[in-house]
Amino acid sequence: MDFNLTEERMMLRDTLRRFLADKYAHENRRALIAAGKPYDTGIYAGLAELGVLGAMFREDQGGFGGEGFDLMVVFEELGRAGVIEPVLPAVLAGGLIAASGNGRQRGLADEIIAGTHLSALAQGEAGSRYDLNHVETTAAAEGDAIVLNGIKTHVLYGAEAQTLVVSAREAGAAADAAGISLFLVPVNSPGVTVSGHRNMDGIPSATVALDGVRLAETARLGAAGGGLEALEATVARGLAALCAEALGAMEAAKDLTISYLKERKQFGLPIGKFQALQHRMADMLIEVEQARSAVINLAGNLDQPRGLREIHASAAKNLIGRAGALVAEECIQMHGGIGMTDEYALSHFARRLTMIDHLFGDTDYHLERFIALKAG
Amino acid sequence: MDLNYTREEQAFRTEVRQWLKETLPHELREKVRLGKRLAKADVELWHSLLNARGWLAPNWPRAYGGCEWNAVQRHIFEEEACLAHAPRSLPFGLSMLAPVLLAFGSEEQRQRFLPRILNGQDWWCQGYSEPGAGSDLAAVKTRAVRDGGHYVVNGQKTWTTLGQHANWIFCLVRTDPDAKKQEGISFLLIDMNTPGVTVRPIVLIDGEPEVNEVFFDNVRVPAENLVGEENKGWTYAKYLLTHERTNIAGVGFSTALLTTLKHVAARVTSGGRPLAENPHFAARMAQAEIDLMAMATTNLRVVSAAAKGQAPGAESSMLKVKGTVIRQELTSLLRRAMGPDALPFQPDFLDGGSNAEALGPDHAAAAAPSYFNMRKLSIFGGSNEVQRTIITKAILGL
Repeated sequence: MDFNLTEERMMLRDTLRRFLADKYAHENRRALIAAGKPYDTGIYAGLAELGVLGAMFREDQGGFGGEGFDLMVVFEELGRAGVIEPVLPAVLAGGLIAASGNGRQRGLADEIIAGTHLSALAQGEAGSRYDLNHVETTAAAEGDAIVLNGIKTHVLYGAEAQTLVVSAREAGAAADAAGISLFLVPVNSPGVTVSGHRNMDGIPSATVALDGVRLAETARLGAAGGGLEALEATVARGLAALCAEALGAMEAAKDLTISYLKERKQFGLPIGKFQALQHRMADMLIEVEQARSAVINLAGNLDQPRGLREIHASAAKNLIGRAGALVAEECIQMHGGIGMTDEYALSHFARRLTMIDHLFGDTDYHLERFIALKAG
Repeated sequence: MDLNYTREEQAFRTEVRQWLKETLPHELREKVRLGKRLAKADVELWHSLLNARGWLAPNWPRAYGGCEWNAVQRHIFEEEACLAHAPRSLPFGLSMLAPVLLAFGSEEQRQRFLPRILNGQDWWCQGYSEPGAGSDLAAVKTRAVRDGGHYVVNGQKTWTTLGQHANWIFCLVRTDPDAKKQEGISFLLIDMNTPGVTVRPIVLIDGEPEVNEVFFDNVRVPAENLVGEENKGWTYAKYLLTHERTNIAGVGFSTALLTTLKHVAARVTSGGRPLAENPHFAARMAQAEIDLMAMATTNLRVVSAAAKGQAPGAESSMLKVKGTVIRQELTSLLRRAMGPDALPFQPDFLDGGSNAEALGPDHAAAAAPSYFNMRKLSIFGGSNEVQRTIITKAILGL
């Protein structure tokens, strides 16, 4: 066994870390959000230039990475710096386009890798909670057109994207596994209404209404009715990215707290000298290492057959959810009031960690899914 | 042992419930129910309604306009008010400052300040914490130097809850820097409109400026605003803290929260069935409920001892630790119950300032902000770590 990163990945990690240390001060990020901007397009272009987006794709897809450990290395650094620029959509929507698209559609992947095109995944709905198969949006044939109707919720970066990858049902009932297709929908298509908002953690999101949106047959991504399989495989990659991002955020929160315990004095001593806090910090350290292992497990099993891959996906997301809540809550508590202020970076890491639990299945959801996958 | 309330107590509960039903305005109730932010006017309205009924000052003597409720009556009122989604009345003047004035203030100070608390003329805030003195309260540095008929105050307070609305602040100030830490502190009342007082809001993790920093730059305070004796402020501060810690278990809040959680879990679906029927979620809700049932009784045990005149000591530390853990768990469950609908940040809806429509179902908008806001429970009023230290020393004798 070898738990070392390859030289290329170490280089990618170090370059990215330097870039973010240089350009991504917490104060800049906060000012950006306060100014109502979804993210910094300059930083995003910089990330593309560094090859961060290319690292999300395999060579035959126009990238130079695409493996689980590439996702892990990149997202851990993004999480550590609290990056809000849209790298996740490149993994999700971009990943689906690269994996399922036909020749022409894959051209979009090149633009995504270059950072000149943003595509977002519009998968969730009001009734779906975390189930990928719960799709009520319909795609009905009408002559030689396909007509989409439905409302997609919690579309990350939906208001900033130029195209959406939309899941819609061509056959079956709302919660069936079969009959779901994926479509590439330009946001300027007649009948598409996007309302943007911001999430609790500063990430831009949107609700997308599809009202009689007419598409050509060529807008379908992959096989008719077989969208779920592709969606699940891509979401597993997204989960690896999110878990690695959470790991980076935990590391950052933990580091801030260690410094604080050394600096902050109460009752005449640095508070880190109090055993009550020392033991809790030790427990936190153990959980963060467990989180790292869970991310490694998922990253290393992303290309395994479905059963194994999904078991690791659910295992990682469950553990990350638990560890993330622990780190967020304990770091705030050990800081006291200062940890609850918007001005201080910790509260941003805590918000991101907490909100990651609400993306693509929380700790409870993935616990049940893990049990079901193991039984199956 | 008898676990039932007396006939009189039950009659009192009915009276309170009926009054709340008739008096609490629907709009205010809805704001509280959905976890929206209350404006200054909302709080003032609630105070005036309570005052009109004579119920604003539960623990004050009748002679000063209070209703002299005992601890059990206060508990019943709190519980009913929470279940009716009534706003919380502001504790700063009513249950923090007033007991100190009643016990240690001059009759002049009582006559001057108590009526203004009841009729809403004054909004008090608390000037205890400082950047270097949070849970280690005796480390206060803000200086007050006597200069003829005045004290000249310099320094900074922080975590001043709702200080942006206040016109008066009661402060711990250091009047003798050479004395031991707990000595040399005085209890001073400061008009916030005095030149040299600056209030700066602090935005918290839930996006709200709930607390403030208050700066004092050569603020001249008339010496008559000193409460009790100079350098004896620590005694008054400790007395105030025991009053701050009544209702610290927050049983009423948790009971109301549990009701909301059950309501939400019955309506939200997960995998095609109500979340309340999901064994995993149901188990966690049930555990919280079981803990709360026991907590309510632990609280009543302390409350009924207090009603018989025994002052709660270190027991209030137990109530604080367990009560806050339960309340935090309930807000955590409510956030989780919302699933992806907990994601959006909706300040316009929560402020109620615009007619913004909420994304997602009822209660979704406030779920995550409340969860984050409630992290404060284990930090303020003496952190839970400090409470545990009190328990180890005072009860366990370690």
